[in-house]
Amino acid sequence: MASKVQVPAKTQTSSHGFVYLALIVGWLVPGAGHLLTGRWVRALLLFLSISAMFWLGIAMQGKLYVPNTGDVLDILGFVGDLGNGLFYALGRLLGLGTIPVQTVTADYGAKFIVVAGLLNFISAVDAHNLRIGRKA
Amino acid sequence: MFTPSHFAAVLLFATFASVVFGITQRSAPKAMVRYGALCWVSFVGVVIAASWLMWLIKK
Repeated sequence: MASKVQVPAKTQTSSHGFVYLALIVGWLVPGAGHLLTGRWVRALLLFLSISAMFWLGIAMQGKLYVPNTGDVLDILGFVGDLGNGLFYALGRLLGLGTIPVQTVTADYGAKFIVVAGLLNFISAVDAHNLRIGRKA
Repeated sequence: MFTPSHFAAVLLFATFASVVFGITQRSAPKAMVRYGALCWVSFVGVVIAASWLMWLIKK
């Protein structure tokens, strides 16, 4: 499916300093990459959406995946969870998401956390595109 | 513990995902709102349609 994102005919570089800064900062804190490029409304909406999804997932007793279980699905879940950046690290640090999934709600919670991470990956790449001038 | 119903969970999921899709997949603010709304309606609409389909199959 063709994307409708408007791409400038000639790519212009609007970044100063480290070119991947928005990508990395946006991954660590949802919306921070957009804040770095001066789009604070987008930054705020992204932060609220992604962080609400992550913390509601935790509140539903969703699981935080770890990489070393040997199960392929757990590893994929871990990759998704990793997209949450510092939220994931904070969750692990506080010992959250360690209860095995036993209820339907907890299963929804685990999915909320994984999808929040995947959405944050998209958000961070978007911030990078804004920084390098690929997107208006 | 937060225990939403299945439908409430769908509404929350659709809202958060649609906001991110709208912002990241379009450039102009108006197009962002339109695309976000389309995503939200699609998420919720597909769930309602699938629910009715499952109900019919069960019947």
